[in-house]
Amino acid sequence: MRSNFQLALVLSAFGAAALLVACSREDRILRQPPPANQTINSVQVSGLNPGANSMPTPPPSNMYQESAYAVSEGQKLYEQYNCVGCHAHGGGGIGPPLMDNNWIYGSEAGNIFTTIMQGRPNGMPSFRNRVPEYQAWEIAAYVRSMSGLLPKGVSPGRPDHMSVKPSEASTPPQTPTGITGSPEQHQ
Amino acid sequence: MTTPTKCWLRNLFLPALFLIFFAAYTEVPHAAAQDAMLQPQTEKNYQPHSYQGKVEPDDGQWTRPAKDYASTRYSSLDQINTNNVKNLKLAFTFSTGMTRGHEAAPLIVNNTMYIVTPFPNSLYALDLTKPGAPMKWVYQPLPTPASQGVACCDVVNRGASYDDGKIFYNTLDDQTVAVDANTGKQVWKTQIGDINKGESITMAPIVAKGKVLVGNSGGEFGIRGWLTALDEKTGKIAWRAYSAGPDKDVLIGPKFKPFYPQDRGQDLGVKTWPPDAWKIGGAGVWGWISYDPQLNLIYYGTANPGPWDSEARPGDNKFSSGIFARDADTGEAIWFYQYSPHDLYDYDGVNENILLDLPIKGQTRKVLIHPDRNGYVYVLDRTTGEVLSANPFAPITTSRGVDLKTGLLQYVTEKQPMVGKVVRNLCPTAPGAKDWQPSAFSPRTGLVYIPHNNLCMDEEDVTANYIAGTPYVGANVRMYDAPGGYGGAFTAWDPIEGKVVWSNPDHFPVWSGALATAGDVVFYGTLDGWFKAVDAHNGSLLWQFKTGSGIIGQPVSYKGPDGKQYIAILSGVGGWAGAIVAGGLDPRDESAALGFAAVMKDLPKYTTKGGMLYVFALP
Repeated sequence: MRSNFQLALVLSAFGAAALLVACSREDRILRQPPPANQTINSVQVSGLNPGANSMPTPPPSNMYQESAYAVSEGQKLYEQYNCVGCHAHGGGGIGPPLMDNNWIYGSEAGNIFTTIMQGRPNGMPSFRNRVPEYQAWEIAAYVRSMSGLLPKGVSPGRPDHMSVKPSEASTPPQTPTGITGSPEQHQ
Repeated sequence: MTTPTKCWLRNLFLPALFLIFFAAYTEVPHAAAQDAMLQPQTEKNYQPHSYQGKVEPDDGQWTRPAKDYASTRYSSLDQINTNNVKNLKLAFTFSTGMTRGHEAAPLIVNNTMYIVTPFPNSLYALDLTKPGAPMKWVYQPLPTPASQGVACCDVVNRGASYDDGKIFYNTLDDQTVAVDANTGKQVWKTQIGDINKGESITMAPIVAKGKVLVGNSGGEFGIRGWLTALDEKTGKIAWRAYSAGPDKDVLIGPKFKPFYPQDRGQDLGVKTWPPDAWKIGGAGVWGWISYDPQLNLIYYGTANPGPWDSEARPGDNKFSSGIFARDADTGEAIWFYQYSPHDLYDYDGVNENILLDLPIKGQTRKVLIHPDRNGYVYVLDRTTGEVLSANPFAPITTSRGVDLKTGLLQYVTEKQPMVGKVVRNLCPTAPGAKDWQPSAFSPRTGLVYIPHNNLCMDEEDVTANYIAGTPYVGANVRMYDAPGGYGGAFTAWDPIEGKVVWSNPDHFPVWSGALATAGDVVFYGTLDGWFKAVDAHNGSLLWQFKTGSGIIGQPVSYKGPDGKQYIAILSGVGGWAGAIVAGGLDPRDESAALGFAAVMKDLPKYTTKGGMLYVFALP
């Protein structure tokens, strides 16, 4: 009986913790963020700042990255907009890998959002006028989860399809190289 | 309720068991063990049949991608032979400065060597009359960098053709260019495709009857495949033959007489697809073109239908994954044969067609030899399209053979990939038993030398969305070595008896072309960078040289201005097989590079990228 009581205690503690976490991870985002112009204008893809100006303040972690629902939507959209055709399930192919730590144009959600919308010169198409902004944010959040840059609680736990790699939730966090620093800085 | 003790036991035991199993399952053989598996196999008591037919006269140059119109890739030069090849030394090198896959064959015309690089498709001319072969000029077409986003399998280029004072080749962004072979000045440039429809061009054109013949790539991008003929003087489009659609677009008319009834009928290029699916059904023309001047016919294969998810396109999907014979002047279709009707596995039909006259059952027949991705070496009557034989040259689980009466591939029903279901142990894989890497034929041994893969795969289909200019695939794939535990082989094949004479296994798929020479030395390269010379009769290794990067190029042989025989090869890893190195892919995702990364995980330990020309001669 004693062990049963302990078990119940532990379970309820876990349950309470899960509820607390679940509160934000299950949020649906009904109010969309302001237009992306602001984001695009604040995104920088060079770490060189003439005149020793400091790096601009990184954009705050956006709400899509805290919502398991948004990340899961991002995962679906990643398949549906054929991102998977070039970047595979993060390992790359026609396009570069997304699950490693090498970020050509920056690892922040704003960088990835800008990459999706504007395209990049060496083959990344511009999805402007094809992908609505909120979906681009969801995809950006999912892309970050591929290299373990989102909390495990919001990252997809198991693949929906043929298992070709560890799930995003079990991918060890990579330390991004490039201009946007490590994830700890802004989260 | 389970007691905590038992839980502890179970919690320890199961993972431990799993770990042991997993360790055993993923154990990689050590290099020595690998070498033991890679012993060459040779057929005992084999009697060679030297070739009785004619070969195009050889002037010691190399003016067409496949050396001659029959696509033999055979050089009649014999200074380098089985006895002295061990003395072969580096004569000169030239860096292309590019880091993607180098698949092109150098051309040698009028003591000048021409090299086409991968994107951005620069054309270099090297002066062979001067020591070290210095650069004469470079022509830079500057294709749009965005075109790299629609190249399925690395931004390769498979080479150029020479005719009438001009070099002809294609750019990744769908332009065909003609360049003055002496001055390097552009003569004409014609835009013939559109990257926003997913089209790219990687193939080497040929010039026949005053026309430059070019086909498009993009079977993974929902293109509509075609072959286009351009006037070699002006660059104006003379005709275009689509691979699917109504008969008038496919240039099917009264002259079209396919051998088998399933290929006869009106507008099959529309009727064998769901409504409108033929408009985005792939069937590009990115492989090799052969030409028979006597019959005045050109021969070329059509690529896979798209998407890979075959449930999205019920029907035979004509005229994909097959071969067309067309009138060289007008492009009219003469016959068609479909290697893989309603292709299920990305089995493009674009591999090389070697045109030979062979004794078959006591009769000399005009044939073409075609080692297909589906795993069979086909011998077709090239006047009619009749299948004379089709014998397997690699492990096959996806079909049980080819019915020689009906010409039909006998698919294995339970191996059909489906949406939402993982189907395992499919051999050959999507890149086929053999991909683009072209074979060579030696009239002295009568053998076809085939560089190829030895791979199997698991596949799960998913529903693909068509968005123009983005991939249209619909499949998750991972590949692994086929039985034998090696990824590829270089195999000598007797086309009359339809069997392997000898085979040299290699750790990786052999992704380079082959070269046969009259000195009975055959050349090929490996993905880990070895350039090899083997005995044409038995495959024994006579000489090898370690180049700076993996080899996926096509070796050629020519007579230099000093009268000596030279052997040239481009080194520079990449292509679909080498994308893991060229593109820096992450193999933790086994579906990377459309599933090829899974089986190439250790290639980055063997080679790094970088394009370089190597030219060899005897001292």
